[in-house]
Amino acid sequence: MRARIAAAALVAALAGCASTAERDPRDPFEPLNRGIYRFNDTVDQAIAQPVARTYRRVVPGEIRDRVRNFFGNIGDFFIGVNNFLQGKFEDGVSDWARVAFNTTVGLFGIHDIASDMGYEKHNEDFGQTFGRWGAGPGPYLVLPLLGSSDLRDGIGTGIDIYADPLGEVRPYHLQYGLWALRFTQLRADLLDASRILEEASLDKYVFQRDAYLQRRRSLVYDGHPPREKDLDDKGADDDNDKKPR
Amino acid sequence: MTTTRSLASAALLAVLASLPAVRAQDVPPDQLVKTVTLEVVELIAKDKEIQSGNRAKLVQLIDAKVLPHFNFSAMTALALGQSWNRATPEQKKRLTEEFRTLLVRTYASALAAYSEQKFDFRPLRAKPTDTDVTVQVRVLQAGAQPVPIDYSMEKTSSGWKVYDVMVGGVSLVANYRTEFNNVVRESGIDGLIKNLSTKNRSLEAPAAPAAKK
Repeated sequence: MRARIAAAALVAALAGCASTAERDPRDPFEPLNRGIYRFNDTVDQAIAQPVARTYRRVVPGEIRDRVRNFFGNIGDFFIGVNNFLQGKFEDGVSDWARVAFNTTVGLFGIHDIASDMGYEKHNEDFGQTFGRWGAGPGPYLVLPLLGSSDLRDGIGTGIDIYADPLGEVRPYHLQYGLWALRFTQLRADLLDASRILEEASLDKYVFQRDAYLQRRRSLVYDGHPPREKDLDDKGADDDNDKKPR
Repeated sequence: MTTTRSLASAALLAVLASLPAVRAQDVPPDQLVKTVTLEVVELIAKDKEIQSGNRAKLVQLIDAKVLPHFNFSAMTALALGQSWNRATPEQKKRLTEEFRTLLVRTYASALAAYSEQKFDFRPLRAKPTDTDVTVQVRVLQAGAQPVPIDYSMEKTSSGWKVYDVMVGGVSLVANYRTEFNNVVRESGIDGLIKNLSTKNRSLEAPAAPAAKK
């Protein structure tokens, strides 16, 4: 009960600091999102970043490559599923070929021999599949601990995590250990990017949000998104905006 | 025998000397991106000081090798969108300078994080008459999806110039637009200039021992 009152107070406080600036139509929950963003940032600076830095300092690059490959291989199976769901059968077959080669010859995925064979790694998830099926992103959301998302991708991420093969691992303490290792590896890989974000932006929240929305849009269309009207005021190109694709 | 050969090479030299030097505007955009990228990466690989973290020297290198191929006033204009037209010439100049400083530092950070990834220079898909093209490069890394870097380039009288860079589908210029417009709405164009220069100066003094953590 007390927790619920505290939560209500938190929401009210966050809503109270609704800034004077006009609300961005893509981000109707900005005050709440900013609150969660600050929370995430605090956790990141207090725990995730120090752990990731230590990991990167202590563990040799060669081993980190093996760890990245191992979790990458686990991800490839559902990347393939999502390619099939999006009708990209050739890519899906290629993803499953990656799993087949990397799990066997690549010793449980620690060696990415499939990339050397020409089976390129793809980036797919359920959020992208919904996007491909026509779902728009919906409002931008910052999820606790997970960070930047939107309504569509938030639902997608839920399914991604639920479907993840890591969830099958027993005993539980092994499973939790693997999740922790996976996030540490991921955070370590993003250390440079987050430092650049820090240096490049005037308002980190806005910069990260806009980058996330652009990035996801690009991923849904596999790098070839149709031109967006308001992102292109470059006079001469305006007639291109009217073309359907 | 030797005489004929040296005669021939002398003739060749004469012909070469009489040819007009290849001018910058004649270098095709994809060739330009490839040459500059490989040259910069090689210079960094050879430079011990840059590798041990000498940021000033890296910025110098970028200034000399990379910047001449960027059109910063076009980038600033695109990042500001409609506010650009309301700025005075003096404001435009200041904005361009500050934005340029910020971008160079960001670029230096990105380059400093570079560690021997391989590049895949994609063939240019454009007609010879095009004056606005996208040059695509992919950065390959083991166990991860390649990162596409797209350079939007425009043909000018002084050669091809980059006016936007897209990394992994994120346009740098578009990504600054909301940020810049928020600041302009709250404190005007002078506010944005002040904001940018404060940001730039805060990043200039990382050597100060008090620079937290």
